[in-house]
Amino acid sequence: MDVLTLSRLQFAVTSMFHFIFVPLTLGLSVLVAAMETRYVVTGNEMYKRMTKFWGKLFLINFALGVVTGITLEFQFGMNWAEYSRYVGDIFGAPLAIEATVAFFLESVFIGVWAFGWNKVGKKMHAASIWIVALATNLSGLWILLANGWMQHPVGYVLRNGRAEMVDFMALITNPFGLLKFGHQIVSGYTVGAFFVMGVSAWHLLRGRNRDFFKASFGMGAVFALASTLMVAVIGDFHAVDVAKTQPAKFAAMESIWDSCRNAPMHLIAFPDEKNQCNLVSAFPVPGMLSLLAYHDLNAEVRGLNSFPKADRPPVLPVFLSFRAMVGLGTLFIVLAAVSIFFHRRNLLEKYPWFLRAMVLCIPLPYIANQLGWVVSEVGRQPWIVYGLMRTSDAVSKSIDLSQVIGSLLGFTLLYGLLGFVDIYLLAKFARKGPEETSIGATGAFGK
Amino acid sequence: MDLHIVWFVLWGVLWGVYFMLDGFVLGGGMLHRVLGRDDTDRRVLINSYGPVWDGNEVWLVTAGGATFAAFPTTYALMFSYLYTPLLLLLFALIVRGVSFEFRGKEDGALWKGCWDWAIVVSSFIPALLFGVAFGNIFAGLPMDEAGYHGSLIYLLNPYGVVSGLLFVLLFLEHGALYAALKSTGALSRRAEETAKALWIPLLVVAVGFLGYSNFATRLYDNYLAAPVFAVVPLLAVAALLAVRLFLAKGNTLAAFAASCATILGVVFTGVIGLFPNLIPSNLDALYSLTIYNSSSSDYTLRIMTVVAFVFVPIVIAYKVWVYRLFRGRVSAETLAGDHEAY
Repeated sequence: MDVLTLSRLQFAVTSMFHFIFVPLTLGLSVLVAAMETRYVVTGNEMYKRMTKFWGKLFLINFALGVVTGITLEFQFGMNWAEYSRYVGDIFGAPLAIEATVAFFLESVFIGVWAFGWNKVGKKMHAASIWIVALATNLSGLWILLANGWMQHPVGYVLRNGRAEMVDFMALITNPFGLLKFGHQIVSGYTVGAFFVMGVSAWHLLRGRNRDFFKASFGMGAVFALASTLMVAVIGDFHAVDVAKTQPAKFAAMESIWDSCRNAPMHLIAFPDEKNQCNLVSAFPVPGMLSLLAYHDLNAEVRGLNSFPKADRPPVLPVFLSFRAMVGLGTLFIVLAAVSIFFHRRNLLEKYPWFLRAMVLCIPLPYIANQLGWVVSEVGRQPWIVYGLMRTSDAVSKSIDLSQVIGSLLGFTLLYGLLGFVDIYLLAKFARKGPEETSIGATGAFGK
Repeated sequence: MDLHIVWFVLWGVLWGVYFMLDGFVLGGGMLHRVLGRDDTDRRVLINSYGPVWDGNEVWLVTAGGATFAAFPTTYALMFSYLYTPLLLLLFALIVRGVSFEFRGKEDGALWKGCWDWAIVVSSFIPALLFGVAFGNIFAGLPMDEAGYHGSLIYLLNPYGVVSGLLFVLLFLEHGALYAALKSTGALSRRAEETAKALWIPLLVVAVGFLGYSNFATRLYDNYLAAPVFAVVPLLAVAALLAVRLFLAKGNTLAAFAASCATILGVVFTGVIGLFPNLIPSNLDALYSLTIYNSSSSDYTLRIMTVVAFVFVPIVIAYKVWVYRLFRGRVSAETLAGDHEAY
């Protein structure tokens, strides 16, 4: 193990851990805002209790999302100094803008929302959670524009021994970043929606607070169907863009070794990286891959063998992650549709097996989010900035092995411990009914 | 206008404002168990900065982001050279943030006791490390063409330790004043007494720091070249004296404001002395990181200037609104009457 490998591992650990909390923040902020808006509009107390119950879970999750985000910003300098120096002129801008434009807004108004129940009026209180939701999404936009630039660098020239920004508009209208943002945001909404449905199903199985959790489930189900459909649609456009801008990644996603026209998609395939071919490929759907990649049955899809070996990403993790992600995404659409149907027909409690399944499904959208990032980031290798800078050239020169071993161990232990506590608290308060919920403390009034 | 200078000023302001705002949370955190004698006291303290600590910490993220965008070479080298202290800083800030959120979520004495200690330790470490780091930046880091020759042990040189101590005491004073201002009854009085008691050691260390800087750093070169800037350290000293004066008069609000001015004054005193360096080399001035040799291109600086000048005033506006919204003291009674309190 060298500094490069361990630094990569550390970035993977810290960003994947961060991303346990981000998608739920994205999705639940919007759902809680919708609940509080219903309360303000209808005056129905149940929606106020909904806001508080789900809002408390939101805050427990939010805390860890915020504090683990700082790690990522610092790591660019700490472990990837050569990268930061080479591309900071253009890559630093979206990060600084994110902090100034979005992160401030989010962090200030979360304080207003959590502590301001008796300080601001109903409407202002609901407005503050909408501001948090908006700012969280806006944060995602700038971060994904930054990531989009690493995937598909635009708006720069090589000058003074580094990449310098020459076109800010190109940076912020980079289709890669915008598509990724769209795909990610609705993926986050999916996590939020399935979280709400799963926790509601748990309570419905026990017959507690039935109206409350049926209403929650219903809101989650509508949100889930809208989100999962959007995930698929935007994901399709995203894949088309990847095929164009990152053909090697696309080939790895589909495990295509030889370029061909009218490329079929094999329903069952398994890559054999050593022999540069597929171990198995069965059930071809003729022309399907060309259609998916270029929206044209006769388009040519480039295979991995058309790239020098040094420019290919690891195929197996990218291929498997992509398949699993797409499979899960499809499953989510079906589940969301069935959920809406059962909820509308008031059949939820008639089919406890379905409710049980929905409880078990809570982790699945999280996993799909992580898989998506594996496709995105492992698939970008060996580049840190696609086609411009190799990951191996990006690592800091001044840090030594013992430092990185120490930090990796430290992060693993600390994150492991905090993740355990956070999930424990989430589970604890998710199981408690809405009656006992107050935002800040254990739930017992006046304590 | 030379945008390098604009960004140098902004860089100093972002750090200054961060220390001014997070300083009282870090200081209060260090005093968490001293001022907060029982669970109610401690909850009062947490609820007094509950609505604002997260927004305050974003000044740090913005200072980091601004360094990245405006001075990427400094960002890259500073963060990789100071790898281990920054790591400890990160751990501490992570623990502090979740401590505020998690502490009230269980009732057990062991649970709360653990998080109380976590708050104390995770507030002390950043205060000390920021001081040590900035002291070493003022004095210059050992860097030349071969890179960096320091280590965590190196950073703990006498001058680094003195500035670390200065930051710890500045934040302790600041935190005690904030607690006096935001709480009631015995807790508020205790905080006020603590602020009075801390003031003497703070004054001693501050004077020591100013004197030591003359030998350990080249900060004063700029003041000799342009004596008009000496007004900044003088104001810092005046503000520190004003803290005690206002405390004697029982005006905690004015004392807290003077403490804000002291922190800003100390940071600006150092930053003015650094100009045009961001991180001087104490081996060979040729390898100092300056606002010219480590900056972004003019184009990037222009874009970032527009962003900063449009959005920073907006940020300040809504932050002022929030501070006004949550003005007033937190007490056992307000907590008992607020089901949503932490």
